[in-house]
Amino acid sequence: MARYLLKRLVYIVVSLFLIVTITFFLMQAAPGGPFASEKKLTPAIEAQMNEAYGLDEPLHVQYMNYVVNAFSFDFGPSFKYVGQDVTDIIARSFPYSLILGLEAIFIALSIGVLLGVVAAVKHNKFGDYTAMVIAVLGISVPSFIMATILQYIFAIKLGALPVGRFDTFWHSILPAVALATTPLAFIARLMRSSMLEVLNSDYIKTAKSKGMSQKVVTYKHGLRNAILPVVSYLGPLVVSILTGSFIIESIFGIPGLGSEFVQSVTNRDYTVIMGTTVFFSVLLLISILIVDLLYGLVDPRIKVTGKGGKS
Amino acid sequence: MLKKKWFLLLTLVFALGLLLAACSGDDSGEESSGDSNAGEDSSDNSEGSDGEEKLAADQTFDINIKTEPPSLNPGTASDTTSGAVLDQVFEGLMRINQDGEVEEAMAESYEVSDDQKTYTFKIREDATWSNGDPVTAQDFEYAWKWVLNPDHADTDYAYQLYPIKGAQAAKEEGASLDDVGITVEDDKTLVVELNQGTPYFLDLTAFYTYYPVNHKVVEGNDDWAQEASDMYVTNGPFTLESWAHKDQVVLKKYEDYWDAETVKLETINMYMVDDANTALEMYNGGELDWAGDPTSSLPLPAIPSLKQDGSLNLSPLAGVYYYAFNTEESPFDNVNIRKAFASAINREGIVQSITQREEQPAMALVPPSIWEENEEGYFEDNNAEQAKEYLEAGLEELGMDELPPISLSYNTDEAHAAIAQAVQDMWRENLGVEVELNNEEWNVYLDSMGEGNFQAGRMGWLADFNDAINFLEIFQSVGGNNYTNWESEEYSDLLEQSRTEGDADARKEILREAEKIFMDEMPIAPVYFYTNAWLSKDNVKNIEVSGLGGVQFKWGYLTEE
Repeated sequence: MARYLLKRLVYIVVSLFLIVTITFFLMQAAPGGPFASEKKLTPAIEAQMNEAYGLDEPLHVQYMNYVVNAFSFDFGPSFKYVGQDVTDIIARSFPYSLILGLEAIFIALSIGVLLGVVAAVKHNKFGDYTAMVIAVLGISVPSFIMATILQYIFAIKLGALPVGRFDTFWHSILPAVALATTPLAFIARLMRSSMLEVLNSDYIKTAKSKGMSQKVVTYKHGLRNAILPVVSYLGPLVVSILTGSFIIESIFGIPGLGSEFVQSVTNRDYTVIMGTTVFFSVLLLISILIVDLLYGLVDPRIKVTGKGGKS
Repeated sequence: MLKKKWFLLLTLVFALGLLLAACSGDDSGEESSGDSNAGEDSSDNSEGSDGEEKLAADQTFDINIKTEPPSLNPGTASDTTSGAVLDQVFEGLMRINQDGEVEEAMAESYEVSDDQKTYTFKIREDATWSNGDPVTAQDFEYAWKWVLNPDHADTDYAYQLYPIKGAQAAKEEGASLDDVGITVEDDKTLVVELNQGTPYFLDLTAFYTYYPVNHKVVEGNDDWAQEASDMYVTNGPFTLESWAHKDQVVLKKYEDYWDAETVKLETINMYMVDDANTALEMYNGGELDWAGDPTSSLPLPAIPSLKQDGSLNLSPLAGVYYYAFNTEESPFDNVNIRKAFASAINREGIVQSITQREEQPAMALVPPSIWEENEEGYFEDNNAEQAKEYLEAGLEELGMDELPPISLSYNTDEAHAAIAQAVQDMWRENLGVEVELNNEEWNVYLDSMGEGNFQAGRMGWLADFNDAINFLEIFQSVGGNNYTNWESEEYSDLLEQSRTEGDADARKEILREAEKIFMDEMPIAPVYFYTNAWLSKDNVKNIEVSGLGGVQFKWGYLTEE
């Protein structure tokens, strides 16, 4: 167990290093710089700025500083938001995305799994078709359209919920639902197909023939096995939802982390690009590890060991 | 079994960690929920019984500023969002009033020497900082010299201070800060020496780079402007109550402001909602008292219907939208070709059916809000005949039979794309030239323009202060913001001459002459002069949007609905 963890941690460090390196060179290759603006700086002032931010150093020195910073989680100040530390920016934006993300995951997971199970149990019946129509709609309607539709119905027409911003719990409902739609639909479809497979397997038939009730068979024996694909999808999903969605945040005016990702790139705000990338990568890598560990918990057949003996 | 429990524990700890982190972020803005339906009921009440306005009991004004202000330190700010906050919380020696005139603010009076080069400002006795300290001449000296100190990066707008003697040398050439022409005679007297007579210097002292900072508080602590803390000491009509980054700025009236009687608004909530549609819906729902320029924008598709129902306010903005020609590359190295392209644009059509904000077609460089004469311009809009004549003359001079395909560049944006497509059509129709459109993301675009990697490219320019020199000096020499690679000795000499001319009329004469030369050479094809477009609730009074794209809340108030 400990060896397995250690091995995985080493992998994480190596992947992180690769990610950091690639980001750095992509960033440098992109035309334009952080100080470009409609009203140009005088050359002398621009030189002073480059010096202050270490952009006048040779590339390999910049790269070394960059890697060291990335691994010590000290990214320095933002280029665009004068004097604001990148860590502060992440620390103040993340909670918004986190709350919103947790709500969205809760919605997606509970309703998605429910729809999937209903569809599988009522295979080729009315319940199945209803659930799948919802799922197909959810997958094919992009989140920003969903967001606008929700805004139009619930905020503008009904006046039941606020149009934008993030003050109270009520403000978070519309963005969370908009955010949850696509993963919800995906989970429902995933759940349905794996549930169907499980319900047709021998051990379920055995359980049924032993005279166990439909409920117990479905929920105790079936669900636990059928949920495995959803669990593995959950890792990347959780990370991408928790780190925020640029579009949803922008439409609802939420000061979350998602907009930082996109805006830092448009601003060529090198330190924020680095900070958000590292933050996202660390979260992603760790959550994948956790999902793998959870696997062992849900499915006892999978042994988490250092010998690579997992199936 | 033991292993399993350990996993469970780990998962729980992780989940708990997430929850705890989540809880800390949500204490930001409960105060704003109370007044959210205040403006809802009677927004279409006409102004009615004039003269007998009753002040609303709740003087809380809600506005959207779209994004996080990049810097609330006047020395390092360089954008309109930061400016919109700074203009309310700080005050310079002068302030631009509701009529667009400069009037005394922190300065009680000023004297100008006969050669126009020395300004002596007397600072108000009753001017105080929000922590009670008196505002002194040292505060101005400290603030200005801080910006001019070459050790301080991020001072993008340091060049705004360059009219002051020795300022540029101190910032860029390593000269001593002691030689800069800023002298503190006594606590309340500030003497400023300029390089040369600068007729717009008073306007400049109203600009945020010229704002003072309380040197007693700020000295030795360059991070003072990061948060709304005790350190953030201001001298304007409002104080910075709170600053929830990327979410909301709250301003409160400063009770000891020297002109506090004038200030009626008690609270200003500045929200940061990026999406123009959402902001408009918040306005419709009564959560905002103001939508659109200058602090945010209205969605393009909503403009026509807003104009139709008469709720849209429009005012001229001192700025010009133009296509720059690369005058070093064929065929735009030929002046007749440039004129042909400029004459072949139907500007009236563009502002009528694309931008739709009553912009004025631009046939000159300096906006009519600065020079009224320029409503007419130097040539005729949409003159296909004339354009063809120029084209023939140009082709002959170049020894060509027909024009090669031309590329027209712009930065990626819905409105720019629509205008470029229209212009593409006009050029194709009137001049028979193939036009290829080319759009790039903003940073990439600036790079290509700077490298001269374009034939014709979109640009815009907004004035920082109300003077024609803002526009004319862009093209004084190649480089900087002049992407056209055009320069002219005669033009440059005229501008230099204008700088030493003390008489306002004579100076204008010289500058007009320079503009005429410029329009004769036509290194750019002006398209239109910008406007501000905004909505405000009927009970919002006395808030004007300036021609420079600024907004002042000092004089604003709300009436009973």
